[in-house]
Amino acid sequence: MSLSLDDVQRIARLARLEVSPSEAEATQAKLNGIFDLIAQMQAVDTTGVAPMSHPQDVVQRLRTDAVTESDRREAFQAVAPEAEAGLYLVPKVIE
Amino acid sequence: MSLDTLKSLQQKLAAKQVSARELATEHLAKIDAANPRINAFITIDRDGALAAADIADRAIAAGNAGPLTGLPIAHKDIFCTEGVLTTCGSKMLGNFVSPYDATVVAKLKAAGVVSLGKTNLDEFAMGSTNESSHFGAVKNPWNLAHVPGGSSGGSAAAVAAGMVPAATGTDTGGSIRQPAGFCGITGIKSTYGTVSRYGMIAYASSLDQGGPMARTAEDCALLLDAMTGFDERDSTSLQRTASTTVAELDRPLDGLRIGLPKEYFGEGLADDVRAAIDAALAELRKLGATTVDVSLPNTRLAIPAYYVIAPAEASSNLSRFDGVRYGHRAAAYKDLAEMYSKSRAEGFGAEVKRRILVGTYVLSHGYYDAYYIKAQQLRRLIAEDFKQALTQCDVIAGPVAPTTAPALGALADDPVQMYLSDIYTIAVNLAGLPALSAPCGFGANGLPVGLQLIGNYFAEGRLLNVAHRFQQATDWHSRQPG
Repeated sequence: MSLSLDDVQRIARLARLEVSPSEAEATQAKLNGIFDLIAQMQAVDTTGVAPMSHPQDVVQRLRTDAVTESDRREAFQAVAPEAEAGLYLVPKVIE
Repeated sequence: MSLDTLKSLQQKLAAKQVSARELATEHLAKIDAANPRINAFITIDRDGALAAADIADRAIAAGNAGPLTGLPIAHKDIFCTEGVLTTCGSKMLGNFVSPYDATVVAKLKAAGVVSLGKTNLDEFAMGSTNESSHFGAVKNPWNLAHVPGGSSGGSAAAVAAGMVPAATGTDTGGSIRQPAGFCGITGIKSTYGTVSRYGMIAYASSLDQGGPMARTAEDCALLLDAMTGFDERDSTSLQRTASTTVAELDRPLDGLRIGLPKEYFGEGLADDVRAAIDAALAELRKLGATTVDVSLPNTRLAIPAYYVIAPAEASSNLSRFDGVRYGHRAAAYKDLAEMYSKSRAEGFGAEVKRRILVGTYVLSHGYYDAYYIKAQQLRRLIAEDFKQALTQCDVIAGPVAPTTAPALGALADDPVQMYLSDIYTIAVNLAGLPALSAPCGFGANGLPVGLQLIGNYFAEGRLLNVAHRFQQATDWHSRQPG
């Protein structure tokens, strides 16, 4: 497998990462090196092997649907780049 | 010079030979003296440390002290600390003063531990050399031209240089064990799910696990027992009580069966590292252990499986850094999409971007089964290897890394070479097993060699017991850089 420059830009768009044309070239070579390493996986026959996501095979815990946290909006918004009147500010999305 | 361990400082505090404030002041002075050379700390929390020390002294005076009250440590800057800068080694969080404590931080604080500051790390814990930190590389105290390992390199270097007796670390693919090995200290990653991940900035959630780093196994046991235990705020936390590894430390090693995986002693292992490991195994045999050859046939596949699973989970976890709620936001943008992509492009470094891109690709439509599911199937095969091997032995021993610490810059521009150097550590994370690194000698270049011990699920007490017995019979752990 080999990623083209267009592939790199497409992945970068999906990841919401701006990549300049010169960065894309440097990234392309490194990503292809990494994917060559990853390609070693394909040589192994894993038919019938169950995928493993958690070492202990635990099930997701449930809890009562009740409020457990206190309101700390001010403390959390104090670290926001831009907040006003309890709202996070972002560029206009709907015209 | 006598070795300052948590244990020895605990005894001095108990005997009223020193106060917690004096300990904090003395260690802050050591940090001030050594940090400009080593760059192990991103933040020194002088005021917070002295305030915590005063609280500890009052508890001691009132007779309310616990075993850890007043002991100075440092936290890897991946743990959120309320009111203290928490950067994760990234420009993205260069201005992030956490509004809350990680569970590990809160537990140690409640135990009376005094945090002196936050240690340097590879950006978002992604690296094996500590060179990807936005705040500059950490230097190995044994030789400033070499890396301390990563990603918990700041914690390892701070302990090795005597700035603090112990520090917290996290281990996703070897990030506690490998820097502990490279810096000549002891560090343990416990069974996945035993140390809460709440407030520990996520890299690869199914692999990340916090743990202690200190000079001795005994000190690691003291800290680990205070760090473990069920936490309802971490959905992967196991419903178990805190570990009681201290109680197991003195157990004799008679009859202990140590498995030696042939894949960990084959091609690629440096001769000087092999010699140090062989000498350590001879010492363990003298202490009553026997060794048996075992095999972990899928070891080779751990690297590609890890470098699919970890970036996939990272790309998902790091999507939260969008310039809206916290962290870096670009100065100029024309719309919301550009605000995201510019903020992320400016805030993340090259290695983090690479892993986000790899992860995004392997999770994208049409590739998920071929990469992520395939890697999770290999993960199962790797875990089965350990299960099989551990029927023939009680613990598995081998090197932590194929070489001693590389020179600064040697791997900086070659991610694939850096990934390959993780060969002996990452399978443990994929399987979710506990493992530690303990100093066991020096390589030809005078840099430390770490012995890795891997145990069955929840056998961290046995691992620390083996390392403690080894440390009572040897003095590698008490060697200090000149």
